[in-house]
Amino acid sequence: MGAPGIVMTSAQHFLPLVIGLPLLAAVFCLLVSNSRWSARFSILFASIHTLVVMQVLSSLRDSGSVWRYELGGWGAPLGIDLVLDGFSVILLFATTIVVLCVTTYSAAYFKTPQQTSRFWPLWWLLVAGLNAAFLSGDAFNLYVALEIIGLSSVALVALAGNVSAITAALRYALVGLLGSLCYLMGVALLYRAYGTLDLALLSQTVQGTPITWAALALISVGLLLKTALLPLHFWLPPAHAGAPAPVSAALSALVVKASFYVLARFWLDVCSPAASADALNLLGFFGACAIFWGCFAACRAKRLKLLVAYSTVAQLGYLFLLFPLTAAYGPSAGSAALAAVAYLIVAHAFAKAAMFMAAGSIQLACGYDDIDRLRGVVSHQPISVFTFAIAGASLIGLPPTGGFIAKWLLLNSAIDSGQWWWIAVILCGGLFSAIYIFRVLILAFTARQGEQSSSGGPTHPIPQTMMACGFMLAIATVALGFNAEWLLSYMDINLIGFLAGTEPLP
Amino acid sequence: MSQDLIYCTTGIGLFALGLYGVLFVAHILRKLIAINISGIGVFLVLLATAKHEGVVDPVPHAMVLTGIVVAVAGTALCLWLTVNIHCRQITQQGESK
Repeated sequence: MGAPGIVMTSAQHFLPLVIGLPLLAAVFCLLVSNSRWSARFSILFASIHTLVVMQVLSSLRDSGSVWRYELGGWGAPLGIDLVLDGFSVILLFATTIVVLCVTTYSAAYFKTPQQTSRFWPLWWLLVAGLNAAFLSGDAFNLYVALEIIGLSSVALVALAGNVSAITAALRYALVGLLGSLCYLMGVALLYRAYGTLDLALLSQTVQGTPITWAALALISVGLLLKTALLPLHFWLPPAHAGAPAPVSAALSALVVKASFYVLARFWLDVCSPAASADALNLLGFFGACAIFWGCFAACRAKRLKLLVAYSTVAQLGYLFLLFPLTAAYGPSAGSAALAAVAYLIVAHAFAKAAMFMAAGSIQLACGYDDIDRLRGVVSHQPISVFTFAIAGASLIGLPPTGGFIAKWLLLNSAIDSGQWWWIAVILCGGLFSAIYIFRVLILAFTARQGEQSSSGGPTHPIPQTMMACGFMLAIATVALGFNAEWLLSYMDINLIGFLAGTEPLP
Repeated sequence: MSQDLIYCTTGIGLFALGLYGVLFVAHILRKLIAINISGIGVFLVLLATAKHEGVVDPVPHAMVLTGIVVAVAGTALCLWLTVNIHCRQITQQGESK
């Protein structure tokens, strides 16, 4: 690879490209507005996007340190910096793979010209927002990225076109706007107190003063609304279940993770002097409640997509175990917990996207997705049910999937930090997930008794590419289980105290 | 200094007022107006921050400009969704009669 310095500087110029390319694609799809060309271009574009991100991934590991890129050559206090470290690169990786599969899936899923002409520009805008959120090293830039994500996902949910989906989208929009305003107020207070927006500079100057507590509280409430942690999760199930299947996949797999990522950044790094152990434990407690309530609601759900959406509420609960596990147990236990949670984010992103794609294929083929009528669906939808089963195995945390490794790492860090009660939560959560996954699978594999009691065979043939995309992601969750070392090697780069102590590279 | 503080507390007050409106008022248009009032509260706090010992700091101004653009886009999207739901409900009622 030559001298590391040269590799670093050349590959670093890809960083603005990672945000700029999806924006370019959005504009292109808006101008072309020809559905067939938009779809073809988008698949090509998603492939290029994947290649660029993979290049960034490999050169980041070669350089072995955190990257800072000064946009336009302006320095940190005035200009806006892009920051890439172990945590953000893992999220960027998950985004890229899911975006590639969802793009290919959507090219086959959307049929009417009206839907396609609206879908593609919004979709690429969403991707640009996600990439911007993961790369941004500036508190206000994060706000802009979160708003781009929020507004484009609301419009994508409304694309489903029925009254219930649009009502869910409106509620989602109000929650999103409220969440961003709370976040912005917190950022305004931080700026007032410390006079900078750059996360690295903030993390060096922030102290545990009342104004920091107020700012952190506002930022947390805003981001918890967007991440849908238990008491604030009310908007998620209707929005994620009502959206078109590829949109649901992206929303559950990626969009809620973006706000979680920002939240983790603020609690563990930027405002860490203001984070008390009690508050961190409280976040973990809500996470545990979310696991149980999400599983319970998923067991009672009537529709398949609603079941998958409640499963997202439960799985998001696991992510919040990060906070109590890192609380006051030293950086070694902390970074192990963050590694586990980053791994869980990737495993869940793949599994949940695959699951929504399978559910979407079943819904499109049968014309309904009521769970009670899915009896014997495996006879005409074998691949989709198989995809659902593998993704479900990952959500439960069965071995050879990525979910198993993630839960294993999470259990390990719970043992290391000496908090046995979280072990019970993690194990019970896996058990309850098994109940709702097997509830669907048992029905799907049960032979139909009366020929006409439920509906007949598939009323609509569905494109092979749709099934293939879901299947590929399901394979990816298994591959993740076998390649744990590869992904974990990125966690060595820098996770806790990500930004502190990084200097701009020459 | 005191002027700065007046603006700041007014901003926080508007923010809280808007928050109350979003949470406790049922009508959707009122909720939207409340969100905009909250937004103005945040902008006021930012603008009050811009004045440092007589020197004007341009960064909060840029933030407020961006914030206004985002608020306009968000409000427009919400209004479009509201009108859309309203029209569909009217057609559904017409069909059921």
